[in-house]
Amino acid sequence: MKPCADVIVIGAGIIGAACAQALAARGLRVLVLDAGLHGATAAGMGHLLVLDDNPAELALSKHSLQRWREIAPALPDSCAYRSNGTLWLAANAEEMAVAEHKYQVLRAQGVACELVGGPALRQREPALREGLEGGLLINQDGILYAPATARWMLQANGIEQRQARVSAIEGNQVRLDDGQWLSAEAVVLANGIQATDLCPELPIEPKKGHLLITDRYPGSVTHTLVELGYVTSAHNASGPSTACNIQPRPTGQLFIGASRQFGTTDPAVEGWMLARMLKRATEYMPGLAQLNGIRAWTGFRAASPDGLPLVGRHPRQDGLWLAVGHEGLGVTTAPATADLLVAQLFGETPPLAAEPYLPERFLGVAACA
Amino acid sequence: MSPEQTDVLIIGAGPAGLAAALAAASSTARIVLLDDNPLAGGQIWRDGPQAELPEQARSLRERVLGHPNVRHCPGTRVIASAGPNTLLVEDAERGWQIRYDKLILCTGARELLLPFPGWTLPGVTGAGGLQALIKAGLPVRDQALVIAGSGPLLLASAATARHNGARIVRIAEQAARGAVAGFAAQLPRWPHKLLQSFSLFDRQYRTGTHVLAALGSDRLEGVRLSQQGNIVEVACDRLACGFGLIPNSQLGQALGCALEQQALAVDGWQATSVAGVYAAGECSGFGGSELALVEGAIAGHAAVGEHPAAQALWTRRARWQGFARALNRAFALNPALKALATADTLVCRCEDVAYAELSGHVGWREAKLASRCGMGACQGRVCGAAVQHLFGWQPSAPRPPFSPARIETLLCLEDISS
Repeated sequence: MKPCADVIVIGAGIIGAACAQALAARGLRVLVLDAGLHGATAAGMGHLLVLDDNPAELALSKHSLQRWREIAPALPDSCAYRSNGTLWLAANAEEMAVAEHKYQVLRAQGVACELVGGPALRQREPALREGLEGGLLINQDGILYAPATARWMLQANGIEQRQARVSAIEGNQVRLDDGQWLSAEAVVLANGIQATDLCPELPIEPKKGHLLITDRYPGSVTHTLVELGYVTSAHNASGPSTACNIQPRPTGQLFIGASRQFGTTDPAVEGWMLARMLKRATEYMPGLAQLNGIRAWTGFRAASPDGLPLVGRHPRQDGLWLAVGHEGLGVTTAPATADLLVAQLFGETPPLAAEPYLPERFLGVAACA
Repeated sequence: MSPEQTDVLIIGAGPAGLAAALAAASSTARIVLLDDNPLAGGQIWRDGPQAELPEQARSLRERVLGHPNVRHCPGTRVIASAGPNTLLVEDAERGWQIRYDKLILCTGARELLLPFPGWTLPGVTGAGGLQALIKAGLPVRDQALVIAGSGPLLLASAATARHNGARIVRIAEQAARGAVAGFAAQLPRWPHKLLQSFSLFDRQYRTGTHVLAALGSDRLEGVRLSQQGNIVEVACDRLACGFGLIPNSQLGQALGCALEQQALAVDGWQATSVAGVYAAGECSGFGGSELALVEGAIAGHAAVGEHPAAQALWTRRARWQGFARALNRAFALNPALKALATADTLVCRCEDVAYAELSGHVGWREAKLASRCGMGACQGRVCGAAVQHLFGWQPSAPRPPFSPARIETLLCLEDISS
């Protein structure tokens, strides 16, 4: 079979797009196949944030945020990139202690951030309720409109896009829905939640989330506001959970999240879950109750058991590379994922240690590496 | 808070909804009649300071709203489904849930507005839109008006405008002369309709004529028309342009009702594919107010189990369905209307999305994500239908909130998981 490109990337979301762009930048011919299913890139908030639940997550998100700052000047307006900062909200002394700990960890890593006391919090964000303990502002976090950003990345020279559903993968060969086989030097699987359709051995679970967007209320919020309870309540819970997450869009609209549910693939907006999520947000910003919500939707995060993505060679399929399992952090970590993947493909030393993200931590060591 | 309970919930207080309420009220059923307008009457019987309602409308409205079994909720919108047989609704003050045994959807139709160069200039409205504005008090005295698009609504709109002192300088009907003449020749079969619309035939009426562009820089100054093959320009103060009506089927679609050619599919009892849910009037297919009245009455009787009374109306319905068929045939849209927009013509006014930003895409969802078309305050109510007409993209069923709603109202959905 004649190779149709140097690399085939499956999935045109932000991860596939970032990988394709980085591969094309090395002079490779890249074919991007997408089934048009619209995954997490289309559904998510486009929040760019440093997270420090564990050292590997911090290293990946911090490197990626640096990469986004380098990319930002080239992004067209439609990508709506803003470096508006994340303000983590502490409702009580216990959460403030978490904020202080985060502050120490992030400062030690050179991440610009500042602790904000209760009164100063309302000066910065007057719409917040009285009586919050304080917060932690991560100055260089940001936001962007991920669907437009992925499309921009895919416009790079050397990338060909095709709408096609892949029905099987065998190493560096893929079979399309119509039965046609395509091959390349390497195949990169970057199709998020759909990855298990092609590789059932991948330990990826869908984690459903709801989002709502309001009408335009310019100037009401400046930073992306996230409750620190998020760290404990939403990330680690196994049942349905919600956390306050309010993001101002450049249009003056507000995104309101976040919810998490396991064990469902039903995309319907569930009223009770939407209401619980909104209630949580109004507990932090009471004035939200009087704003108009204009649209709600859901999406599915591709969650791995340890919350870290799988980036690297598939240990049991020669020629197949993985870039999946980014959960809620795919937009943030797309450039770092691309850097890791490209370095491994070219046998170079990656800009950050690749080990914590290698697929073999779940799939076992390669038989024929 | 526990939901309000009712036997029959009717959504929409136009002719179909009023007729449904009156029919259902002949039993002992409790009825809630909900409407998003401040006054009952729907679009065709829209009331206001400059409106003159026909006697039939006035009397029907009085009988329904004065009926002890009927509770009228004006200015109220349906926001979401809140569990089995329950809807979350909102008015200016509050949000609450209503639980029903039977639901009758009389959600009407809206104008098809197709984008053309200049259509977003101040002074350009829909044809029905202008009529509504005038009834609500918009002054048009001594203004020069062009009314364009398709269907009898153009004539009704012209009549309202003229009655309020406007000068109608042109009525541009896109349908060909032969089609309109054929339709007019059949009108004696429906004499009442004849009086309502085509008695308004006048010397400014042109068939085979459609708008090409609205002219002007900051506001409308004139209209360029393709008039029976020639290009003409007409100076005017206002342009009212509507290309017929499209059914408001979204709520039914969200509740799972099957569609048939964009309208809610119904059987002989006006029952939809979802048990206990009926549909009547324009949302189940365009046919005018007489058809809406008889369909509403059938749905109202059927919903309270009075099937003989409903069946007694079938002949009358068949007669007005004949009228609807003739109408829809005569005013079928000319394919040339799909080519009015140029690359920079806005299609989505809420998000400023131009035609060129949409034309390369394969479907509605992809185009929406790429361009934000339909993501603004109207949530695709206007551009969704235009895009469907222009590109053949089927919009997906709406998700809650069905209309913009206060977040406080959405909080009422919290206790429906049980």
